[in-house]
Amino acid sequence: MTIVALTPLDLAMASGLIAMLALLSWRMRLGLGPRLIIAAFRTTVQLLLIGLVLKALFTRVHLGWMAAIAAVMLLVAGREVMGRQKRKFSGWWGFGMGTLSMFISSFSITVLALTVIISVEPWYTPQYAVPLLGMMLGNTMNGISIGLDRLTTSAWDLRAKIEGRLMLGYTWTRAIAGIRRESIRSGLIPIINSMMAAGLVSLPGMMTGQILGGNPPMEAVKYQILIMFLIAGGTGMGTMAAIWMGSRRLFDERQRLRLDRLRK
Amino acid sequence: MSSTRLEVKNFGIRTASGIDFHLAPGQSMGLSGPSGAGKTLLLRALADLDPHQGEMWLDGVAADDIPVDQWRRQVALLPAESAWWHDTVGAHFRLQDESWLSDLGFGPEVMTWQINRLSSGERQRLSLLRLLVLHPKVLLLDEPTANLDTDSTALVEALLRQYRNDRQPAIVWVSHNPAQLHRNCDRTCLLQNGGFSTADPISVSERGAP
Repeated sequence: MTIVALTPLDLAMASGLIAMLALLSWRMRLGLGPRLIIAAFRTTVQLLLIGLVLKALFTRVHLGWMAAIAAVMLLVAGREVMGRQKRKFSGWWGFGMGTLSMFISSFSITVLALTVIISVEPWYTPQYAVPLLGMMLGNTMNGISIGLDRLTTSAWDLRAKIEGRLMLGYTWTRAIAGIRRESIRSGLIPIINSMMAAGLVSLPGMMTGQILGGNPPMEAVKYQILIMFLIAGGTGMGTMAAIWMGSRRLFDERQRLRLDRLRK
Repeated sequence: MSSTRLEVKNFGIRTASGIDFHLAPGQSMGLSGPSGAGKTLLLRALADLDPHQGEMWLDGVAADDIPVDQWRRQVALLPAESAWWHDTVGAHFRLQDESWLSDLGFGPEVMTWQINRLSSGERQRLSLLRLLVLHPKVLLLDEPTANLDTDSTALVEALLRQYRNDRQPAIVWVSHNPAQLHRNCDRTCLLQNGGFSTADPISVSERGAP
Protein backbone atom coordinates (compact mmCIF):
# COMPACT_ATOMS: atom_id res chain seq x y z
CA MET A 1 0.00 0.00 0.00
CA THR A 2 1.21 3.48 -0.76
CA ILE A 3 0.29 6.66 1.01
CA VAL A 4 -1.46 9.25 -1.14
CA ALA A 5 0.46 12.38 -0.23
CA LEU A 6 -1.65 15.52 0.14
CA THR A 7 -0.58 18.55 -1.84
CA PRO A 8 -1.05 22.14 -0.67
CA LEU A 9 -3.70 22.42 -3.36
CA ASP A 10 -5.72 19.62 -1.73
CA LEU A 11 -5.68 21.48 1.57
CA ALA A 12 -6.57 24.75 -0.10
CA MET A 13 -9.64 23.10 -1.58
CA ALA A 14 -10.70 21.85 1.85
CA SER A 15 -10.21 25.34 3.25
CA GLY A 16 -12.89 26.47 0.82
CA LEU A 17 -15.37 24.84 3.22
CA ILE A 18 -14.21 27.12 5.99
CA ALA A 19 -14.57 30.16 3.74
CA MET A 20 -18.07 29.06 2.81
CA LEU A 21 -19.02 28.54 6.46
CA ALA A 22 -17.64 31.96 7.35
CA LEU A 23 -19.70 33.52 4.58
CA LEU A 24 -22.84 31.76 5.78
CA SER A 25 -22.15 32.81 9.36
CA TRP A 26 -21.82 36.40 8.19
CA ARG A 27 -25.10 36.23 6.24
CA MET A 28 -26.91 34.64 9.17
CA ARG A 29 -25.35 37.10 11.63
CA LEU A 30 -24.00 34.34 13.84
CA GLY A 31 -21.02 36.55 14.65
CA LEU A 32 -18.73 33.54 14.34
CA GLY A 33 -16.99 34.54 11.09
CA PRO A 34 -13.81 36.11 12.49
CA ARG A 35 -13.41 33.47 15.19
CA LEU A 36 -13.86 30.72 12.62
CA ILE A 37 -11.16 32.19 10.38
CA ILE A 38 -8.81 32.63 13.34
CA ALA A 39 -9.47 29.06 14.50
CA ALA A 40 -8.80 27.66 11.04
CA PHE A 41 -5.65 29.74 10.78
CA ARG A 42 -4.47 28.60 14.21
CA THR A 43 -5.10 24.95 13.33
CA THR A 44 -2.94 25.32 10.25
CA VAL A 45 -0.09 27.15 11.92
CA GLN A 46 -0.09 25.07 15.11
CA LEU A 47 -0.16 21.75 13.28
CA LEU A 48 2.55 22.83 10.86
CA LEU A 49 4.71 23.94 13.77
CA ILE A 50 4.18 20.71 15.70
CA GLY A 51 4.98 18.83 12.47
CA LEU A 52 8.32 20.63 12.29
CA VAL A 53 8.95 19.97 15.98
CA LEU A 54 8.14 16.28 15.62
CA LYS A 55 10.33 16.01 12.54
CA ALA A 56 13.22 17.49 14.46
CA LEU A 57 12.44 15.42 17.56
CA PHE A 58 12.30 12.13 15.66
CA THR A 59 15.85 12.60 14.44
CA ARG A 60 17.22 13.40 17.91
CA VAL A 61 15.93 10.81 20.35
CA HIS A 62 16.85 12.24 23.74
CA LEU A 63 15.02 12.18 27.07
CA GLY A 64 15.71 15.87 27.66
CA TRP A 65 14.01 16.96 24.43
CA MET A 66 11.10 14.65 25.08
CA ALA A 67 10.68 16.01 28.61
CA ALA A 68 10.74 19.58 27.30
CA ILE A 69 8.00 18.99 24.77
CA ALA A 70 5.95 17.04 27.32
CA ALA A 71 6.21 19.97 29.73
CA VAL A 72 5.02 22.42 27.08
CA MET A 73 2.08 20.17 26.19
CA LEU A 74 1.12 19.85 29.85
CA LEU A 75 1.22 23.58 30.52
CA VAL A 76 -0.87 24.38 27.46
CA ALA A 77 -3.42 21.75 28.48
CA GLY A 78 -3.48 23.22 32.01
CA ARG A 79 -4.23 26.64 30.58
CA GLU A 80 -6.98 25.17 28.47
CA VAL A 81 -8.61 23.55 31.52
CA MET A 82 -8.60 26.96 33.23
CA GLY A 83 -10.08 28.66 30.19
CA ARG A 84 -13.08 26.35 30.16
CA GLN A 85 -14.19 27.07 33.74
CA LYS A 86 -17.10 29.40 34.34
CA ARG A 87 -16.07 29.89 37.98
CA LYS A 88 -12.37 29.29 38.40
CA PHE A 89 -10.41 28.94 41.59
CA SER A 90 -8.55 32.19 42.10
CA GLY A 91 -4.78 32.48 42.19
CA TRP A 92 -2.57 29.61 41.12
CA TRP A 93 -5.00 27.00 42.41
CA GLY A 94 -7.18 26.88 39.32
CA PHE A 95 -4.24 26.30 37.03
CA GLY A 96 -2.33 24.16 39.52
CA MET A 97 -5.04 21.64 40.37
CA GLY A 98 -6.00 20.90 36.77
CA THR A 99 -2.39 20.68 35.68
CA LEU A 100 -1.30 18.52 38.59
CA SER A 101 -4.11 16.02 38.11
CA MET A 102 -3.36 15.82 34.38
CA PHE A 103 0.28 15.32 35.19
CA ILE A 104 -0.46 12.50 37.64
CA SER A 105 -2.84 10.62 35.39
CA SER A 106 -1.63 11.28 31.83
CA PHE A 107 2.07 11.01 32.52
CA SER A 108 1.94 7.91 34.65
CA ILE A 109 -0.35 6.08 32.25
CA THR A 110 1.66 7.11 29.19
CA VAL A 111 4.89 5.95 30.80
CA LEU A 112 3.20 2.71 31.85
CA ALA A 113 1.95 2.11 28.30
CA LEU A 114 5.35 2.88 26.79
CA THR A 115 7.38 0.72 29.13
CA VAL A 116 5.08 -2.22 29.90
CA ILE A 117 2.50 -2.51 27.14
CA ILE A 118 4.11 -1.25 23.93
CA SER A 119 7.64 -1.67 25.32
CA VAL A 120 9.50 0.39 22.76
CA GLU A 121 13.22 0.90 23.16
CA PRO A 122 14.06 3.44 24.50
CA TRP A 123 10.72 4.08 26.18
CA TYR A 124 10.77 7.80 25.39
CA THR A 125 10.97 7.21 21.61
CA PRO A 126 9.16 10.36 20.41
CA GLN A 127 7.31 8.60 17.60
CA TYR A 128 5.30 6.76 20.25
CA ALA A 129 5.57 9.01 23.25
CA VAL A 130 4.39 12.29 21.69
CA PRO A 131 1.16 11.05 20.07
CA LEU A 132 0.28 8.90 23.07
CA LEU A 133 0.83 11.70 25.53
CA GLY A 134 -1.01 14.11 23.27
CA MET A 135 -4.03 11.88 23.14
CA MET A 136 -3.95 11.26 26.88
CA LEU A 137 -3.68 14.96 27.67
CA GLY A 138 -6.35 15.97 25.18
CA ASN A 139 -8.86 13.57 26.69
CA THR A 140 -8.05 13.89 30.39
CA MET A 141 -8.20 17.63 29.80
CA ASN A 142 -11.82 17.24 28.72
CA GLY A 143 -12.79 15.11 31.69
CA ILE A 144 -11.04 17.33 34.20
CA SER A 145 -12.40 20.59 32.84
CA ILE A 146 -15.97 19.26 32.66
CA GLY A 147 -15.70 17.78 36.16
CA LEU A 148 -14.16 20.87 37.77
CA ASP A 149 -16.63 23.15 36.04
CA ARG A 150 -19.48 21.06 37.36
CA LEU A 151 -18.00 21.05 40.85
CA THR A 152 -17.56 24.80 41.13
CA THR A 153 -20.85 25.78 39.49
CA SER A 154 -22.75 23.25 41.64
CA ALA A 155 -21.08 24.48 44.81
CA TRP A 156 -21.98 28.02 43.82
CA ASP A 157 -25.61 27.23 42.99
CA LEU A 158 -26.20 24.81 45.87
CA ARG A 159 -24.50 26.87 48.54
CA ALA A 160 -27.60 26.97 50.76
CA LYS A 161 -27.90 23.17 50.73
CA ILE A 162 -24.21 22.55 51.42
CA GLU A 163 -24.23 25.01 54.31
CA GLY A 164 -27.57 23.63 55.49
CA ARG A 165 -25.83 20.28 55.93
CA LEU A 166 -22.86 21.87 57.67
CA MET A 167 -25.26 23.57 60.09
CA LEU A 168 -26.63 20.15 61.05
CA GLY A 169 -23.13 18.96 61.90
CA TYR A 170 -22.22 17.19 58.65
CA THR A 171 -18.49 16.99 57.92
CA TRP A 172 -17.34 18.72 54.75
CA THR A 173 -16.90 15.41 52.95
CA ARG A 174 -20.49 14.38 53.68
CA ALA A 175 -21.79 17.86 52.87
CA ILE A 176 -20.30 17.80 49.37
CA ALA A 177 -20.38 14.05 48.66
CA GLY A 178 -23.30 14.18 46.24
CA ILE A 179 -21.89 17.07 44.24
CA ARG A 180 -18.51 15.41 44.14
CA ARG A 181 -20.02 12.21 42.79
CA GLU A 182 -22.02 14.06 40.14
CA SER A 183 -18.93 16.02 39.06
CA ILE A 184 -16.85 12.88 38.59
CA ARG A 185 -19.70 11.25 36.70
CA SER A 186 -20.08 14.17 34.33
CA GLY A 187 -16.33 14.12 33.65
CA LEU A 188 -16.42 10.40 32.84
CA ILE A 189 -19.57 10.17 30.75
CA PRO A 190 -18.04 11.47 27.47
CA ILE A 191 -15.33 8.79 27.38
CA ILE A 192 -17.81 6.06 28.33
CA ASN A 193 -20.13 7.23 25.57
CA SER A 194 -17.35 7.29 23.02
CA MET A 195 -16.32 3.74 23.97
CA MET A 196 -19.95 2.71 23.52
CA ALA A 197 -20.18 4.30 20.08
CA ALA A 198 -16.68 3.45 18.87
CA GLY A 199 -16.81 1.74 15.50
CA LEU A 200 -20.59 1.92 15.26
CA VAL A 201 -21.27 5.61 15.06
CA SER A 202 -17.81 7.06 14.86
CA LEU A 203 -14.51 5.81 13.61
CA PRO A 204 -12.05 7.22 16.12
CA GLY A 205 -9.71 9.82 14.72
CA MET A 206 -6.50 7.99 15.46
CA MET A 207 -7.66 4.82 13.76
CA THR A 208 -8.95 6.72 10.77
CA GLY A 209 -5.62 8.43 10.51
CA GLN A 210 -3.70 5.16 10.61
CA ILE A 211 -5.92 3.56 7.99
CA LEU A 212 -5.68 6.62 5.73
CA GLY A 213 -1.95 6.49 6.32
CA GLY A 214 -1.86 2.98 4.85
CA ASN A 215 -1.74 0.71 7.90
CA PRO A 216 -3.63 -2.61 7.97
CA PRO A 217 -7.07 -2.11 9.58
CA MET A 218 -6.57 -4.75 12.26
CA GLU A 219 -3.34 -3.13 13.46
CA ALA A 220 -5.12 0.22 13.60
CA VAL A 221 -7.99 -1.36 15.53
CA LYS A 222 -5.69 -2.92 18.12
CA TYR A 223 -3.99 0.40 18.72
CA GLN A 224 -7.34 2.10 18.98
CA ILE A 225 -8.55 -0.33 21.63
CA LEU A 226 -5.37 0.23 23.59
CA ILE A 227 -5.78 3.98 23.29
CA MET A 228 -9.41 3.86 24.42
CA PHE A 229 -8.52 1.94 27.56
CA LEU A 230 -5.62 4.23 28.35
CA ILE A 231 -7.77 7.30 27.83
CA ALA A 232 -10.58 5.94 30.00
CA GLY A 233 -8.15 5.09 32.78
CA GLY A 234 -6.38 8.44 32.54
CA THR A 235 -9.58 10.48 32.35
CA GLY A 236 -11.09 8.62 35.28
CA MET A 237 -8.14 8.95 37.57
CA GLY A 238 -7.34 12.50 36.50
CA THR A 239 -10.93 13.61 37.06
CA MET A 240 -11.07 11.96 40.46
CA ALA A 241 -7.82 13.60 41.51
CA ALA A 242 -8.96 17.01 40.29
CA ILE A 243 -12.36 16.76 41.97
CA TRP A 244 -10.78 15.60 45.19
CA MET A 245 -8.38 18.53 45.24
CA GLY A 246 -11.04 20.97 44.08
CA SER A 247 -13.61 19.97 46.67
CA ARG A 248 -10.96 20.11 49.39
CA ARG A 249 -10.07 23.60 48.29
CA LEU A 250 -13.71 24.70 48.55
CA PHE A 251 -13.47 24.29 52.32
CA ASP A 252 -10.97 25.72 54.77
CA GLU A 253 -9.39 24.17 57.85
CA ARG A 254 -12.55 24.82 59.90
CA GLN A 255 -14.65 23.16 57.19
CA ARG A 256 -16.29 26.39 56.10
CA LEU A 257 -17.54 26.61 52.52
CA ARG A 258 -15.24 29.23 50.97
CA LEU A 259 -16.84 30.37 47.73
CA ASP A 260 -14.70 33.50 47.98
CA ARG A 261 -11.90 31.28 46.69
CA LEU A 262 -13.66 31.21 43.34
CA ARG A 263 -13.14 34.06 40.93
CA LYS A 264 -16.30 36.03 40.28
CA MET B 1 -20.20 22.50 86.00
CA SER B 2 -19.46 25.72 84.21
CA SER B 3 -22.01 28.46 84.69
CA THR B 4 -21.23 29.95 81.29
CA ARG B 5 -22.59 28.06 78.31
CA LEU B 6 -21.42 30.33 75.51
CA GLU B 7 -18.71 32.92 75.83
CA VAL B 8 -17.67 35.25 73.03
CA LYS B 9 -14.69 37.54 73.34
CA ASN B 10 -13.40 40.31 71.10
CA PHE B 11 -15.40 38.94 68.23
CA GLY B 12 -15.21 40.65 64.85
CA ILE B 13 -17.18 40.07 61.67
CA ARG B 14 -17.18 41.98 58.40
CA THR B 15 -19.61 44.63 59.58
CA ALA B 16 -18.87 44.93 63.29
CA SER B 17 -16.16 44.33 65.84
CA GLY B 18 -15.49 44.30 69.56
CA ILE B 19 -18.38 41.95 70.27
CA ASP B 20 -18.26 40.48 73.79
CA PHE B 21 -20.96 38.60 75.62
CA HIS B 22 -21.60 35.46 77.58
CA LEU B 23 -24.70 33.41 78.16
CA ALA B 24 -25.51 31.07 81.02
CA PRO B 25 -27.38 27.80 80.42
CA GLY B 26 -31.01 28.59 79.79
CA GLN B 27 -30.30 32.24 79.15
CA SER B 28 -31.76 33.90 76.09
CA MET B 29 -30.41 37.02 74.42
CA GLY B 30 -32.39 39.01 71.88
CA LEU B 31 -30.45 40.60 69.05
CA SER B 32 -31.82 43.46 67.04
CA GLY B 33 -30.50 46.16 64.77
CA PRO B 34 -31.07 47.68 61.34
CA SER B 35 -30.88 45.37 58.33
CA GLY B 36 -27.36 45.16 57.01
CA ALA B 37 -25.85 45.60 60.47
CA GLY B 38 -24.65 41.99 60.40
CA LYS B 39 -27.05 40.06 62.62
CA THR B 40 -27.10 37.09 60.26
CA LEU B 41 -23.34 37.38 59.76
CA LEU B 42 -22.83 37.26 63.51
CA LEU B 43 -24.95 34.10 63.86
CA ARG B 44 -23.07 32.49 60.94
CA ALA B 45 -19.74 33.32 62.58
CA LEU B 46 -20.93 31.89 65.89
CA ALA B 47 -21.76 28.64 64.06
CA ASP B 48 -18.25 28.91 62.58
CA LEU B 49 -19.57 29.05 59.03
CA ASP B 50 -17.65 32.23 58.18
CA PRO B 51 -14.14 33.35 59.04
CA HIS B 52 -14.13 35.79 61.97
CA GLN B 53 -11.90 37.41 64.55
CA GLY B 54 -11.89 36.72 68.24
CA GLU B 55 -12.54 33.64 70.31
CA MET B 56 -15.49 31.70 71.64
CA TRP B 57 -16.00 28.95 74.18
CA LEU B 58 -18.71 26.37 74.70
CA ASP B 59 -19.01 25.24 78.34
CA GLY B 60 -15.51 26.55 78.88
CA VAL B 61 -13.92 24.71 75.93
CA ALA B 62 -12.42 26.85 73.16
CA ALA B 63 -13.98 26.46 69.72
CA ASP B 64 -10.65 25.48 68.22
CA ASP B 65 -10.45 22.51 70.58
CA ILE B 66 -13.77 21.08 69.41
CA PRO B 67 -14.03 19.35 66.00
CA VAL B 68 -15.99 21.80 63.91
CA ASP B 69 -18.79 19.40 62.95
CA GLN B 70 -19.46 18.80 66.65
CA TRP B 71 -19.32 22.53 67.31
CA ARG B 72 -22.01 23.16 64.72
CA ARG B 73 -24.15 20.35 66.07
CA GLN B 74 -24.01 21.91 69.54
CA VAL B 75 -24.06 25.57 68.51
CA ALA B 76 -26.92 25.16 66.10
CA LEU B 77 -27.98 27.80 63.61
CA LEU B 78 -31.56 28.02 62.41
CA PRO B 79 -31.28 30.10 59.21
CA ALA B 80 -34.07 32.40 58.06
CA GLU B 81 -34.36 30.38 54.86
CA SER B 82 -34.06 26.62 55.42
CA ALA B 83 -32.46 24.27 52.89
CA TRP B 84 -33.71 20.75 52.13
CA TRP B 85 -32.02 18.16 49.93
CA HIS B 86 -33.97 14.89 50.12
CA ASP B 87 -37.42 14.34 48.62
CA THR B 88 -39.40 13.84 51.80
CA VAL B 89 -39.39 15.45 55.22
CA GLY B 90 -38.68 12.15 56.98
CA ALA B 91 -35.47 11.52 55.01
CA HIS B 92 -33.90 14.52 56.71
CA PHE B 93 -34.22 13.57 60.36
CA ARG B 94 -35.62 11.07 62.79
CA LEU B 95 -37.93 12.13 65.59
CA GLN B 96 -37.47 10.55 69.00
CA ASP B 97 -40.38 12.45 70.43
CA GLU B 98 -43.53 12.45 68.30
CA SER B 99 -45.21 14.92 70.60
CA TRP B 100 -43.04 17.67 69.11
CA LEU B 101 -44.96 17.27 65.84
CA SER B 102 -48.31 17.94 67.46
CA ASP B 103 -46.78 20.77 69.49
CA LEU B 104 -46.13 22.49 66.16
CA GLY B 105 -49.55 21.64 64.73
CA PHE B 106 -48.51 18.66 62.56
CA GLY B 107 -49.83 15.10 62.41
CA PRO B 108 -47.47 12.09 62.21
CA GLU B 109 -48.04 11.83 58.43
CA VAL B 110 -45.99 14.99 57.90
CA MET B 111 -42.81 12.89 57.82
CA THR B 112 -43.88 11.39 54.48
CA TRP B 113 -44.67 14.76 52.89
CA GLN B 114 -42.83 15.92 49.77
CA ILE B 115 -40.47 18.82 50.42
CA ASN B 116 -41.47 20.78 47.32
CA ARG B 117 -45.10 20.86 48.43
CA LEU B 118 -44.40 22.47 51.79
CA SER B 119 -45.36 26.08 52.36
CA SER B 120 -42.65 28.41 53.57
CA GLY B 121 -44.20 28.42 57.03
CA GLU B 122 -44.23 24.61 57.17
CA ARG B 123 -40.62 24.51 56.08
CA GLN B 124 -39.67 26.91 58.80
CA ARG B 125 -41.41 24.97 61.54
CA LEU B 126 -40.04 21.64 60.33
CA SER B 127 -36.52 23.02 60.08
CA LEU B 128 -36.77 23.97 63.74
CA LEU B 129 -37.72 20.36 64.57
CA ARG B 130 -34.85 19.07 62.44
CA LEU B 131 -32.50 21.22 64.49
CA LEU B 132 -33.93 20.42 67.92
CA VAL B 133 -33.63 16.65 67.49
CA LEU B 134 -29.84 17.16 67.62
CA HIS B 135 -30.28 18.53 71.16
CA PRO B 136 -28.05 21.57 70.65
CA LYS B 137 -26.61 23.38 73.65
CA VAL B 138 -26.81 26.77 71.97
CA LEU B 139 -29.57 27.91 69.64
CA LEU B 140 -28.89 30.66 67.11
CA LEU B 141 -32.29 31.67 65.78
CA ASP B 142 -32.42 33.93 62.73
CA GLU B 143 -35.95 35.33 62.61
CA PRO B 144 -37.48 31.97 63.49
CA THR B 145 -41.06 33.13 62.97
CA ALA B 146 -40.63 35.47 60.00
CA ASN B 147 -42.90 33.45 57.68
CA LEU B 148 -45.45 32.41 60.27
CA ASP B 149 -48.94 33.60 61.16
CA THR B 150 -49.86 34.49 64.74
CA ASP B 151 -51.03 30.99 65.70
CA SER B 152 -47.94 29.23 64.36
CA THR B 153 -45.73 31.86 65.95
CA ALA B 154 -47.30 31.06 69.31
CA LEU B 155 -46.71 27.32 68.76
CA VAL B 156 -43.05 27.86 67.85
CA GLU B 157 -42.48 30.10 70.84
CA ALA B 158 -44.11 27.56 73.13
CA LEU B 159 -41.95 24.71 71.81
CA LEU B 160 -38.82 26.79 72.20
CA ARG B 161 -39.86 27.68 75.75
CA GLN B 162 -40.35 23.99 76.53
CA TYR B 163 -36.97 23.07 75.03
CA ARG B 164 -35.41 25.85 77.04
CA ASN B 165 -36.87 24.50 80.26
CA ASP B 166 -35.92 20.89 79.49
CA ARG B 167 -32.42 21.32 78.11
CA GLN B 168 -31.23 24.72 79.32
CA PRO B 169 -29.69 25.89 76.05
CA ALA B 170 -28.24 29.36 75.60
CA ILE B 171 -30.20 31.22 72.95
CA VAL B 172 -29.36 34.10 70.61
CA TRP B 173 -32.63 35.24 69.07
CA VAL B 174 -32.65 37.62 66.11
CA SER B 175 -35.94 39.34 65.45
CA HIS B 176 -37.36 42.60 64.17
CA ASN B 177 -40.25 42.24 66.55
CA PRO B 178 -39.50 43.91 69.92
CA ALA B 179 -42.54 42.31 71.54
CA GLN B 180 -41.29 38.84 70.62
CA LEU B 181 -37.84 39.52 72.03
CA HIS B 182 -39.50 40.90 75.12
CA ARG B 183 -41.55 37.72 75.52
CA ASN B 184 -38.68 35.30 74.96
CA CYS B 185 -35.43 36.88 76.06
CA ASP B 186 -33.77 37.86 79.32
CA ARG B 187 -31.94 40.74 77.71
CA THR B 188 -31.53 42.32 74.30
CA CYS B 189 -28.51 43.59 72.44
CA LEU B 190 -28.20 45.98 69.60
CA LEU B 191 -25.96 45.58 66.60
CA GLN B 192 -25.54 48.80 64.66
CA ASN B 193 -22.94 51.17 63.21
CA GLY B 194 -20.26 48.52 63.47
CA GLY B 195 -20.71 48.15 67.22
CA PHE B 196 -22.41 45.86 69.69
CA SER B 197 -24.15 47.23 72.74
CA THR B 198 -25.79 45.42 75.60
CA ALA B 199 -29.08 46.90 76.69
CA ASP B 200 -30.38 46.58 80.24
CA PRO B 201 -31.66 43.18 81.23
CA ILE B 202 -35.38 42.85 80.76
CA SER B 203 -36.66 42.40 84.27
CA VAL B 204 -38.30 39.09 85.05
CA SER B 205 -41.53 40.72 86.06
CA GLU B 206 -41.91 42.28 82.64
CA ARG B 207 -41.42 38.96 80.87
CA GLY B 208 -44.42 37.05 79.64
CA ALA B 209 -45.62 33.97 81.47
CA PRO B 210 -43.02 31.15 81.25
